[in-house]
Amino acid sequence: MDRMVPYPSNSIVPERDVDKRPVLETHHLGIDFGGLTAVDDFSITVGRSEIAGLIGPNGAGKTTVFNLLTNVYQPTRGDIILDGVSTSRKTTAQINKMGIARTFQNIRLFANMSVMDNVKIGMHNSINQNLLSAFTHGFGYRRSEKASRDEAMELLEFFNMEDVAGAEAGALPYGAQRRLEIARALATHPKIILLDEPAAGMNPSETAELMENIRRIRDNFNIAVMLIEHDMNLVMNICEGICVLDHGKVIAKGSPDEIKSDAKVIEAYLGKKKEADNNA
Amino acid sequence: MIKFRSLSKSARTGITSYSIILLAFAILFPLQNLGIINHSISGQLVPICTYIVMALSLNLTVGFLGELSLGHAGFVSVGAFTGVIAASSLQDKVSPDPLRLVIAIIIGGIFAGIVGLLIGIPVLRLRGDYLAIVTLAFGEIIKNIINCLYVGVDNKGLHFSMTDIKSLGMENGRVILNGPQGAVGIEQIASFTAGIILILFTLFVILNLVNSKAGRAVMAIRDNRIAAESVGISITKYKLTAFITSAVLAGMAGALYAMNYSTIAAKKFDFNTSILILVFVVLGGMGNIVGTIISTVILYMLPELLREFSDYRMLIYAIILILVMLVTNNDRIKLIRANASAAIMSWLRKAMSRTKNQPKGKEDAHNG
Ligand SMILES: Nc1ncnc2c1ncn2[C@@H]1O[C@H](COP(=O)(O)OP(=O)(O)OP(=O)(O)O)[C@@H](O)[C@H]1O
Ligand SMILES: [Mg+2]
Repeated sequence: MDRMVPYPSNSIVPERDVDKRPVLETHHLGIDFGGLTAVDDFSITVGRSEIAGLIGPNGAGKTTVFNLLTNVYQPTRGDIILDGVSTSRKTTAQINKMGIARTFQNIRLFANMSVMDNVKIGMHNSINQNLLSAFTHGFGYRRSEKASRDEAMELLEFFNMEDVAGAEAGALPYGAQRRLEIARALATHPKIILLDEPAAGMNPSETAELMENIRRIRDNFNIAVMLIEHDMNLVMNICEGICVLDHGKVIAKGSPDEIKSDAKVIEAYLGKKKEADNNA
Repeated sequence: MIKFRSLSKSARTGITSYSIILLAFAILFPLQNLGIINHSISGQLVPICTYIVMALSLNLTVGFLGELSLGHAGFVSVGAFTGVIAASSLQDKVSPDPLRLVIAIIIGGIFAGIVGLLIGIPVLRLRGDYLAIVTLAFGEIIKNIINCLYVGVDNKGLHFSMTDIKSLGMENGRVILNGPQGAVGIEQIASFTAGIILILFTLFVILNLVNSKAGRAVMAIRDNRIAAESVGISITKYKLTAFITSAVLAGMAGALYAMNYSTIAAKKFDFNTSILILVFVVLGGMGNIVGTIISTVILYMLPELLREFSDYRMLIYAIILILVMLVTNNDRIKLIRANASAAIMSWLRKAMSRTKNQPKGKEDAHNG
């Protein structure tokens, strides 16, 4: 089902996207947890190689949006269209195969396995190895393992992590664990990667490196990036389109400049932040 | 260099476990043939081999897949009785004993695998510890079914009945399964050599699986289900792969085990046996292959060695189990053990590099 989707007027289409179809759309997405409506009427469009930001105060429903997009939570309402195809009734694994990869706010690595194995697990669906060769270590086993090791190494080199390929993932410093999670997500060959607070717990120099990496990911892999972040400096610097959530509802969408000057955003988001700062 | 190190961990497990088995064979086989080891021990060789396979295969489910199974003996049972039926009905058709044994083991494995598939498909889809409950029930059900199953063979082929021998309707045929008595008149064609080969086969299958795309997927599911799904791993498919492999290996062990006795009843493979195998795995270490082999041998032999304490035998056994549990879970002892093995490894590495450097130096001199 390859259809042209007209761009809603409120989306930002980066100039470089020759293919004007968006990679990801949501239509009136929503979920209720019992009586609580965690996300409601969430409609956005993300361009093919756009860096999009999803921001909002704590508990606004940002992570829940990622869980909806990957069907970790089943949406109560609404549609998700990935590259022109609806993802409804698809499992999390199938959605990944369709092209959505993600990282997690509370890092979810395979902590007891090596860095290399974590990336190889990310490449699961592109490794050409059947059960016969798995059980016998013949029938193309060596070829497929070498190919996957080479590609995994390339990805690790992209993140300057080739030296720790053999280390245990759980033993890495925090920043490296976040980078590894991104590498693992990229290993699935996604069309869009969702990053949940990639800069959380990082120092300023690590954050600067992360910003650079996010741009490099977009440019090298030519994919869209959607990120949740509380670091406003990072968001305003690298995001081309931003969506602001508050109490599960979209309160603003637009370019960084538009968001910065949006009265609702300042009231809801920055107001709350000031409150929190005062409390701290 | 780093790649080598990350490879060598699994390679080390492989080398250690294969050598333990081969060494045991090299020592015990001649001793058994010369009649040097006493009869009670040499009679235990096949059972020990099969229990090692049962424990290794359960470790695949419990240690590598991370699902609790309380009915592993059920798969052993399926393999044992289908294997016996196969061997008995081929008695006149396939004359070489080893070939008949191999066929029986394969048939046992296939049937246990089919049962594993039938249980796994509905249960492994569910989240939570449903597998433990269902396998527990399954073990008991299998036992009760075989308890009232009558099977015989005559020149028309196999006959089955759930009531009694008479209703098999055979003319001068042979009874294979006789209800509560179980399998009778089994040809004892199992051998220590076959046991060792089955262990080596099991190690080959498990070690290969663990170091493959499928094995990594299985361990990924165990370590973090949500993360595994998020990178596109189909949970049910790989859970089934591990579970069925585990069932097949258990069935093969069952077939070999049964061929070691002239009669065997279904109650031999009850809940207690399932728990016994689980104890071997837990004490050997979840996912630890070498540990599982060692703990199976020791814990299997222990009641035999304690025989002279007759009445207190099981009491002492229980106390030793508790002590081992405490020791293996004690952090301070774990630390000591880790330090000791690190010291040994570094000593080995030094020794290795010393021996490696010498010829290399000569070669260089030669070239220069
Ligand atoms: N599984 C769940 N069951 C019930 N309520 C949930 C569940 N997951 C999230 N919620 C609720 O949904 C709301 C949004 O949570 P969410 O984690 O999406 O916030 P967030 O915007 O990511 O916040 P933060 O910035 O702190 O990460 C919260 O009120 C949360 O308690
Ligand atoms: Mg969140």
